[in-house]
Amino acid sequence: MSIANRKPFPLALISVGFVIVWVFLAAFPFIWTVWGSFKVEQDFFSRETWWNAVTGLRTIAQTGSAFTGDGYYGAWVTRDFMSSVFNTAIVTVCVVVISLTFGTLGGYALARSGHRYTFWILMAALVFRAMPHITLVSGYLLPFFQMNIWGYLPTSIIVLVAINQPFTLWMLHSFFLSIPKDLDESALVDGCSRFQAFRLVVIPVMWPGVITTGLFSFLLAYNDFAVTAMLLSQPNQTMVPKIASFLGTVQQEGNVMFAVAAVVSATAPLFLLVMFFQRQIVSGLTAGAVKG
Amino acid sequence: MPHRAFFAFILPSLVAMILFIALPIASVAVQSLFVQHEKVVVETETCAPFGGCKKETRVDSDATAKLRHDEPLGKFNGFGTYLDRNHLAVGEIKAILASSTGIGNVVTQIYNLPFYKALSFTLTYTFIVTPFAMLLGFCIALGVNTLPPLAKGPVIFFSLLPMIVTPLVGALIVYWMVSTQGIVGATLQNLFNDPTLSLKSSSVLTWLTLLAYGIWHNAPFSFVVFYAGLQTVPDDTLESAMIDGASRWERIRFVIVPHLMPLATFVALVQLMDNFRVFEPIVGFSADANATSLSWSIYNDLHSQVDQLFGSAAATSMLTITGVIILLSPVLVRTWREFNRR
Repeated sequence: MSIANRKPFPLALISVGFVIVWVFLAAFPFIWTVWGSFKVEQDFFSRETWWNAVTGLRTIAQTGSAFTGDGYYGAWVTRDFMSSVFNTAIVTVCVVVISLTFGTLGGYALARSGHRYTFWILMAALVFRAMPHITLVSGYLLPFFQMNIWGYLPTSIIVLVAINQPFTLWMLHSFFLSIPKDLDESALVDGCSRFQAFRLVVIPVMWPGVITTGLFSFLLAYNDFAVTAMLLSQPNQTMVPKIASFLGTVQQEGNVMFAVAAVVSATAPLFLLVMFFQRQIVSGLTAGAVKG
Repeated sequence: MPHRAFFAFILPSLVAMILFIALPIASVAVQSLFVQHEKVVVETETCAPFGGCKKETRVDSDATAKLRHDEPLGKFNGFGTYLDRNHLAVGEIKAILASSTGIGNVVTQIYNLPFYKALSFTLTYTFIVTPFAMLLGFCIALGVNTLPPLAKGPVIFFSLLPMIVTPLVGALIVYWMVSTQGIVGATLQNLFNDPTLSLKSSSVLTWLTLLAYGIWHNAPFSFVVFYAGLQTVPDDTLESAMIDGASRWERIRFVIVPHLMPLATFVALVQLMDNFRVFEPIVGFSADANATSLSWSIYNDLHSQVDQLFGSAAATSMLTITGVIILLSPVLVRTWREFNRR
């Protein structure tokens, strides 16, 4: 540590204290909800004291044990959250694969072409990136009803791929700029066609950038609510719209714990993602910043 | 790269963007000029033997359904939808201004019009959450930067969670905690000794909750970017500033902040774009009685169980798109100038 970073004791204390408060604020809601999802509603939403949710007073009285999986059973089995999980898996995998395929081709072309129109394509992509998704959805609905393709998974997949393209293009464009031009140009000199140069020379070195971009495509598809809520029919719903539909019906029946369990189930994969790919997420967030 | 090869490479991505982003915008523009057909009303005369004849009007549902099926767009309405009470409300505003009794009254009345209500929350959210989240992110970055290396990893892990979590899910998690029976809501009731205290009961409290949620959700992004930026601040400059007698605060103000300025513009741009489309928190907090946003009004028009109001949703969408373009215009103009200079 350099001298410039050395701090007098009180200041260091304040600084560490501030970070501790922030970490608490960031983490506590998740820890609390995960813990509470194993209790009964009268404990997690206790009218008496929140201490009941810690000790599980009512949970013990009702189920005989301090932890119960009733919420999970209700959500996954009774309310068929299982099929939404399956749908989400299909949607996210397809969106990531297709948008990376389109994005690497497009991003590579944008990074290697010096023509004026690349600027316009990138600017259009920036404007498209800023469009609120719900405004686009209001444009889809009527044509999709007419063409009779509303409600199916493939429709949502291709829509999410398209919405994802501007971001993917920008990110991969700046990534390909960091790969030296000489690499594929020497392949061209050796007699490769453009596509061969891409396939044989660029693809082997592009994986770090592709994985980072893929993580963000995954997050977009996984976290989306506007598109999947409006474009999927009831049986094809993915997790997030399913959770939203829980809210209306479940709250009346007094089964809020189903929704809590579903929320925790939907957050768990994201926990794992951050745990394993923290470095890539951080570098992806900053890559755009440093170059954009 | 020759034109042919360029277009061969970019074609799939370009086609996807044109078909599913550019065309829908055009489709929204067209839809906004139409309104749904009114119900077909038929007038029938029924004559009872003694009571004389009565004229009755009733809705011909078959004919209505047929008409709506044949012309799904509805009938042409020009800019009528834009000007009606649910959008720009030109007539209503004129009436309010004409009968004005003081500025506060005018503002309240205009705020009660649905479009302006949504617009005011959207703008407040955008322009309060963005700077505060950036400030909080910057402070966290400064704090984390002085931690021992071993502690940094876990701190960054937990800091990323509020940002990475699905917006709707994050909103629900916080909402359950601040609801009257949740841990925070119940504690606040005890603290203020007011059993009726509820964050949903007044607009001010709802707005504050949503803004606080927005800052919590957005701060990690600024934190990560600024933290990465802090790693590149040259030590030499900092030390020479120290030798020149700069205090700790002056070093932050005159060395670190200018160094991070380009990153700050980037973060501000991304956050403005994302916050302007604020939508999921309103659904998650079920806050629509006290706070609505432009995105939420579009969703509400499309989601209604009885009639989907395509025309109304499309008009709001067009107004939202105009807003996005106004928001982006400084950036677009600057990029255009830089591009021309090259």
